[in-house]
Amino acid sequence: MFRATIQITLRPSILDPQGKAVAHAVASLGVAGVKDVRMGKHVEVTFDGLTEEQARGATEEICKKLLANPVMEDFRFNVERVA
Amino acid sequence: MTQTPVRFGVVVFPGSNCDHDAYYVCRKLLGQDAVFLWHKTADLRGVDVVILPGGFSYGDYLRCGAIARFSPVMKEVTRFAAQGGLVLGICNGFQILVEAGLLPGVLLRNSSLRFACRYVNIRVENPFTPFTGECAKNEVLSIPIAHGDGNYFADADTVRRLEENGQIVFRYCSPEGEITPESNPNGSLGNIAGIMNERGNVLGMMPHPERASDAVLGHTDGRKIFASILEHVFSRTIPQLREEGDTVVVEQGRR
Repeated sequence: MFRATIQITLRPSILDPQGKAVAHAVASLGVAGVKDVRMGKHVEVTFDGLTEEQARGATEEICKKLLANPVMEDFRFNVERVA
Repeated sequence: MTQTPVRFGVVVFPGSNCDHDAYYVCRKLLGQDAVFLWHKTADLRGVDVVILPGGFSYGDYLRCGAIARFSPVMKEVTRFAAQGGLVLGICNGFQILVEAGLLPGVLLRNSSLRFACRYVNIRVENPFTPFTGECAKNEVLSIPIAHGDGNYFADADTVRRLEENGQIVFRYCSPEGEITPESNPNGSLGNIAGIMNERGNVLGMMPHPERASDAVLGHTDGRKIFASILEHVFSRTIPQLREEGDTVVVEQGRR
């Protein structure tokens, strides 16, 4: 079996108010040196009966058509073998 | 000559919560025909107008409107829109329309990060649409909003195209009709509150006209949107002639 680990983030040009709010909280916490915080989504998809290449193709399709909206989001992923 | 009532189809997704309001306006206030269309149906039941109502379809999981887009009914709504059928998406319905690619752009989290629920003023930028024919150019309507994700965004090219084609139908404005940052409740680009597709038969808007239609609720500006739709549908109805003995009877035909 293969598992895709997917990260979806707002595109750099899109304002991330949630990340900004967290950045303010980090400043209140007293941690210095934080320049920016960007929030995103983490998704894990487990495939059965697919080759690694097929799993990659399927992940790409799921991301493009459903998990990420290309107008505002970017995605990246890793596919690894799981027991 | 009798008018065949306009038939509205109000789509119901799991989590829709303005469906009954829309149904009520169409049926009880406008005296027209209205049916609910469950999200699993692939039959639009011969409706003249489809309304995608407000709410939180599929719990707003993933992104607002992202899951609703894959409902069986949306395939039919897409086909209906492609044939020129009128589609009105309100609030969550607008979010579904952009996710489905029937309208360009996206609705981001409100810049305030807060859910905004109050009356706003919107200016009619384009009164030459099936949805605004009963409004004057630059008329200011008072209609409530209720959303957490209504911050319209699109890339510069898309916005320019929207402007050039008159596809920006409503903008948030001051009571006097000025487009100001203070009158923008959610950070929308260019104070955009509602847009339509290039063909002009699909409108998405964040404000809720169905909540400002019954006088008992204090505001009736929203009714102009519905009245415009009725006027549009009636005007494109072709009268049918029928002979009855020696006289010719004019009947309202199918649209």
